[in-house]
Amino acid sequence: MDLLALAFYVLSAIAVLSALMVVSARNPVHSVLFLILTFFSSAGLFVLLGAEFLAMLLVVVYVGAVAVLFLFVVMMLDVDFSSLRQGFVRYLPFGAVVALILAIEMGLTAAAVAARGAKPLAAAPAGVSNTEQIGRVLYTDYFYYFQAAGLVLLVAMIGAIVLTLRHKPGVKRQDIAAQTARTEKSGMRVVTPATGQGIVE
Amino acid sequence: MTGLPSAIGLPHYLVVAAMLFTIGVFGIFVNRRNIIIVLMAIELILLAVNINLVAFSSYLHEVTGQIFAMFVLTVAAAEAAVGLAILVTFFRNKGDIAVDQANVMKG
Repeated sequence: MDLLALAFYVLSAIAVLSALMVVSARNPVHSVLFLILTFFSSAGLFVLLGAEFLAMLLVVVYVGAVAVLFLFVVMMLDVDFSSLRQGFVRYLPFGAVVALILAIEMGLTAAAVAARGAKPLAAAPAGVSNTEQIGRVLYTDYFYYFQAAGLVLLVAMIGAIVLTLRHKPGVKRQDIAAQTARTEKSGMRVVTPATGQGIVE
Repeated sequence: MTGLPSAIGLPHYLVVAAMLFTIGVFGIFVNRRNIIIVLMAIELILLAVNINLVAFSSYLHEVTGQIFAMFVLTVAAAEAAVGLAILVTFFRNKGDIAVDQANVMKG
């Protein structure tokens, strides 16, 4: 067995086992950490496939952003997680049946691909790195899709902010428009109080 | 792009992706009450899709699959952000995240 095959088997075994732990761990914090492990080993698989750029993207986006987001939410919410596991055993047989059917279907597809195979469309371009290849088409052929992906992220960002933003009543805030629109007349008033009486608002 | 080594072919990667996908679907079924785990299972499913896309892209020497995987990654990140924001809002309003009783919008 050569080194590449060994790396493939180790990485995919770790990925599948940690994915199993994601869905079966009792503590959701452990689930998030196993999710990170799954993504890391999948990034390794991507490197084996020659997709280095996507592997790095997976590490940066998932481990750096999404997993941390999950970790934040899991640790921030004060939830009794043991009560959330109540249906686990009840749904286990049904979930297992559906998963088994899916696995058989996709295993058959993979076997069909192994028997017949897919034909390479073009020869492998020599001397061009994976990142350069992606860059060549991403900003030319797929430019509009690239922009649309940016729009999706923008909409998601605005949506997340709008959903979680809270306006507390009774909090004093700076109103810059009102502040700069103040004139001498509106901001100041000259009163002449009677002696010994003071100013009553 | 180096292409696939001879010993490990496209079907190997397809099987790994199929396993991850199946685990993701299984996770959605068994953790129906815990929406956080459901979101993580959806991430697993999208990861399986990405492995398939990259494996085919590498095998066919065609970089389009990797571009598409990038877009899937984008949508997955957006989905996680919005999903967790909805979850935080839900927790604030109900004080709990047991979603199998989340039918307050039901008419």
